[in-house]
Amino acid sequence: MAAHEQFADDLALLALGSLQGDERIALEKHLEGCASCRLELDQLRGDMALMALSAGGPRPPARARQRLMDAIAREPRSSKNIVSAAARPSWWRAATLFIAGASALVILLLVRQDTILIHQAQSLAQQVAGLQSQSLTEQAELEDAREIVSTLTSPDAQRVTLVAVKTPPRPQGKAIYVRNRSSLIFLASNLPQLPPEKIYELWLIPQAGPPVAAGLFKPDAHGSATVVNPPLPAGVEAKTFVVTLEPESGSHDAPRGSAVISGQGE
Amino acid sequence: MARAEPSVGPSEAHNDAFLLAAIRGGDEAAMAALYDRYSSIIYSVALRVLGDTGSAEDVLQEVFLQLWRNPALFDSSRGHLAPWLAVIARNRAIDGLRKRRPETDIADVIVSVEPDMAGEADRTRAMEKVRGALGNMLPAQRTALEMAYFEGLSHSEIASKTGEPLGTIKTRIRSGLLTLRKAFET
Repeated sequence: MAAHEQFADDLALLALGSLQGDERIALEKHLEGCASCRLELDQLRGDMALMALSAGGPRPPARARQRLMDAIAREPRSSKNIVSAAARPSWWRAATLFIAGASALVILLLVRQDTILIHQAQSLAQQVAGLQSQSLTEQAELEDAREIVSTLTSPDAQRVTLVAVKTPPRPQGKAIYVRNRSSLIFLASNLPQLPPEKIYELWLIPQAGPPVAAGLFKPDAHGSATVVNPPLPAGVEAKTFVVTLEPESGSHDAPRGSAVISGQGE
Repeated sequence: MARAEPSVGPSEAHNDAFLLAAIRGGDEAAMAALYDRYSSIIYSVALRVLGDTGSAEDVLQEVFLQLWRNPALFDSSRGHLAPWLAVIARNRAIDGLRKRRPETDIADVIVSVEPDMAGEADRTRAMEKVRGALGNMLPAQRTALEMAYFEGLSHSEIASKTGEPLGTIKTRIRSGLLTLRKAFET
């Protein structure tokens, strides 16, 4: 059975995610009761997948693969245990379902006999709704934060150093440090290109104690570099930040090279 | 941090269903094999939509990480894996481009298309067919389809940009997609 002709064009737009407003509402209502149009929608999504093949372009950089595998290694394993429960023997699943069903029946009987439990359940539902709303807000804030970090660290970002008029740009850096979160963002510009086998290292010089390593980095072709949230000990009070020129190999736990740029808190 | 010992090496011989079953068991090597198989498609479409390598990498990461966390979201009733991933990636990229919340619930996406693109040769052949079909389209039809697909523009936005009537744009988009479908029916 073919899809209904009056919805044919709108089905394509819905597959593309670009159908909005009353047209979308009308079509979604129609789809609830029309299997042939739902099938056509699935096929149109397949046609969309074919469009993806026309994109062409470079392979992703090697770092993307490592980034994914590192993220996977950090994932909690308990989620995999839950998923793998589906692979357990069928008798186990049947027993689980039976116990769950019997438990649900007992709960229903208790609720019918105790109206206080019903009122508590309603109150909990309201709290869940509130938490869900809060979660949506926090999700939006997280997306904003990701956008900021992405902008700061994007290799395509254009970095502009503004200096006094008629003054040539000099090496400089900006460190934004939040002590109680051990959170640090460092932006550098106009750094000289590195000599062979050398690397820059950022240091947090505390009010007391030895310098704290805060990240190794190499500038891009424009002399710009970014360090975002290197691992730092908790709650260190920073007196100054310094960038030194270090040998690329060997230990980096204490500064050995000369200082390139430094600065104290504003 | 200790990692699970891989129980499957990357191999073209392992089909998607095999790898997904391994991923459900927490097999990181199977995940890496799927990534090696399909990351180019995902990255290419995300890069074409977003025009930015960093954002395209983010979409790539998000799509595969979501698959790792919820491999049960995909099963064979949803079609073949590669087209399904391509649709998810394109939609996520468009959401990023338009700075909007995801409009498609990943659990609702079903993709019905013939080539499963698991093999390198399958993907190359499919790519050639698609490019051939697009090359044979009327320029106005191809433009409307690409604006809708890669820029996420609505038919009214495309009509406004091109100066064409709304109904014409709607029909061009749909007939463009059907032309791609026909290329794989022959």
